[in-house]
Amino acid sequence: MKALTKEPLNVIIGGVGGQGNVLMAFLVGGALVNKGFFAGVCDTYGTSQRGGPVASHVRISKKTQYGPLISSGRADVILVIEPAEALRLLNQFGSQDTVVITNSRPVYPSDVSSGKATYPEMDELLQAIEKFSAKLTVIDGTDAALKMGGSIYTNIIMIGALIGADLLPLDRESIVQILADRFHGAVLDNNTKALDKGIELVRQ
Amino acid sequence: MPGINADAPGSVQLLMGNEAFARGALEAGVGFAASYPGTPASEILSTLASVAKKMNLHAEWSTNEIVAMEAAAGASFAGIPAISGMKQNGINVVSDFLVNTGMTGIGKGGLVVVVGDDPSAISSSNEQDSRWICRWMDMPLLEPSTAQEAKDMVKWAFELSRELDIACVVRETTRLAHTRGNVELGELPKTEKKAYFPDTWNMCQPARSNFTAGPFGILHYQLQQRLAKAPAIFEASPFNHYAGPDKPELLIITSGICRLFSTEAVERLGLQDRVGIFKLGTSWPLPEKLVEKQLSRAQKVLFVEEINPFIEGSVMELAASFPATKPHIDFYGKRTGHITLFGEQNTDLVTGALAKVMGITYQARDAQYDKELKEAAKMVPPRSINFCAGCPERAAYWAIKDALTLDGRNGFATGDIGCYSMGFAAGGYFQERTMHCMGAGIGVANGLGNLKQFGFTQPVIAMAGDSTFFHACIPALINGVYNQANFIFLIFDNSATAMTGFQPHPGVGKDATGEQAPAVDMEALCRSLGAKVEVCDPFDLKNSTATLVRLLADEKPGAKVVIMRRVCELVRGRREKAPYKMHVDPDRCVGDDCGCKRLCIRLFGCPGLMWDKEAGKAKIDEAICTGCGVCTDICPQGAIIKEAV
Repeated sequence: MKALTKEPLNVIIGGVGGQGNVLMAFLVGGALVNKGFFAGVCDTYGTSQRGGPVASHVRISKKTQYGPLISSGRADVILVIEPAEALRLLNQFGSQDTVVITNSRPVYPSDVSSGKATYPEMDELLQAIEKFSAKLTVIDGTDAALKMGGSIYTNIIMIGALIGADLLPLDRESIVQILADRFHGAVLDNNTKALDKGIELVRQ
Repeated sequence: MPGINADAPGSVQLLMGNEAFARGALEAGVGFAASYPGTPASEILSTLASVAKKMNLHAEWSTNEIVAMEAAAGASFAGIPAISGMKQNGINVVSDFLVNTGMTGIGKGGLVVVVGDDPSAISSSNEQDSRWICRWMDMPLLEPSTAQEAKDMVKWAFELSRELDIACVVRETTRLAHTRGNVELGELPKTEKKAYFPDTWNMCQPARSNFTAGPFGILHYQLQQRLAKAPAIFEASPFNHYAGPDKPELLIITSGICRLFSTEAVERLGLQDRVGIFKLGTSWPLPEKLVEKQLSRAQKVLFVEEINPFIEGSVMELAASFPATKPHIDFYGKRTGHITLFGEQNTDLVTGALAKVMGITYQARDAQYDKELKEAAKMVPPRSINFCAGCPERAAYWAIKDALTLDGRNGFATGDIGCYSMGFAAGGYFQERTMHCMGAGIGVANGLGNLKQFGFTQPVIAMAGDSTFFHACIPALINGVYNQANFIFLIFDNSATAMTGFQPHPGVGKDATGEQAPAVDMEALCRSLGAKVEVCDPFDLKNSTATLVRLLADEKPGAKVVIMRRVCELVRGRREKAPYKMHVDPDRCVGDDCGCKRLCIRLFGCPGLMWDKEAGKAKIDEAICTGCGVCTDICPQGAIIKEAV
């Protein structure tokens, strides 16, 4: 765990509606408040909450409560469960200094299935994200989650990746503690394992 | 994590604005909370309902906003502190009652109205600014900026409403309602609440009678006298404050969430020594002396607020009364086009406006990077609006589309607000052609259905959800029966207020706290009004379509009701396993050669269906498919196979 590297530190947690990124931002925000930080967590969504792009803005400060939305070019970290969403968010909020961590598994929009739009080739997409960011880390989060018993664990694996990358002033225990407020028994055990898996994957 | 009712003064919780309102109400000793769900304000009531039993609180989802408001006022009349939260549309629904509470007063309990405005209409059909109601109804208005202030100000709003004997309005916008922030908890009161309506009390009787006007004219005068006490209280409020140099070049006057955007914009441009921010938490009536004092700091003022120029107008009105000897002030804001007159504000927009007023050039990021990234990001595919996989409303819209096409007289559907609003887009096959307020679909159909004498022959299907039916459709249905308007009234009965988060309604047999409650029988109610009623399962496409075709052809005047009954797929999915396992038979699927070129994916459009690029065939996305089986019936090739699980 590091100290707060920037004031404020701006983190975007994104994905597609239904992937669980709102819960991720809630857990990270709660852990930050427990550590004595000011956290602002704002979920952005359109009318299409299931299958639509969803992103939570997390603003971290030692001094004050910052406004809900990160502005253009000011995202320090973008963590996403869907790779195309990384480029969408980078375009809106990123800069050459933004660090990106993305899950590798795409979710194809219905416009792609119907033939109205195309999903970019994965190599081309990742190259673009790399080019326009400071650092790109790709995590095979969904694959790891499926091995653990279900894609439902992907979001906690991705939190693990965020913690393991030492980008936030949070350690593993601070997330375990907040998971324990919410989950119990086998569910807590599995989520803790998912967290550790994410930490392991990002450090490989 | 300790709950919203934690008895832990001084501890800090990460609360959503709406949860903070609920906590503030608990700290004020609220005894009665009533609402109708509406984004962005729904979580105020759901949070209070979650602790209702523990906190000796009555919390209810009411049939609609005016019933909620009247119920809350009833509690306040009997001495119980009461709150009602609603979205912006709700304030219109309650206004007829609320204007009269100004005349009568609100009793001894205290009455707080929280209204959630939705700039940019993210989850709405309009972006009304609800603050005006306070001007035309003579009510005090508070605008918190953070979750902490949301809690603290709602608590104060109860005191203020008792002191002034007027309902107090607290306005939030979406980004306050749905943003989580640090909230330091205060004390929870330990006093017992006792309800009693005073024996000698007649609320319509003015306190003094030496006036020549009728009693309600006097009551209006007395309301104005009570409200006139507010500015002096507001002058001393800690929720109004100034931050910046003593004599800035520019003074920003702002309220609500825009205070945070303004502070960050000043920081961004490094103008902390040149620009000051006066944040107004008490927006109406204006604390005129305080505002005048702040205005004397600078000769340039920029107003930053969300939706209408509400504060801008009232401050400029005040400035117009200043003597000519005062220095001239240049005012910037929505009137001058520096701040947009529509949509949400954000730090980027406020930074742009501030830079323009101060004559600074500002770029959010490197121009070359920006240009190249925008170009590269064109590869990101859109994710357009759609119904969830397995949604019964998609199936119902398929039947509506087919029935209106088979009827062949250019019939169309009218609707209102709910998940089924997506009928205006591809997800509902563009069938919904009008959309206004709650219940407007059937209201409008009462007009369209009585135009025969003008040669109108197009059949009309008015649509509403089950919760909307109870909220706003019953008088219009009675009207259709009574005035013999010719239309079909189609109710999407999915057993939940799905769009706003599955809140219960009078038809589902559960109350806001999750307890069993009597269920109102929608079908029997419609029949009792004299309407012909048919009930269909939208997943039975053949019968649903045939029923609609038959009723469309029935030219006998009078409202005909079709209840499309099938529980919301998200509610069902939580309770039980999928009924069918689906797969596509690749030998039968003809892919792009299908009649309408991928009919199942491109037209029917369920997200559970995907395209196998290599094979050139449709396939089931097992992660998304809910196993409803409806696509089996729309595939002309019989290629989508359902197997009972």
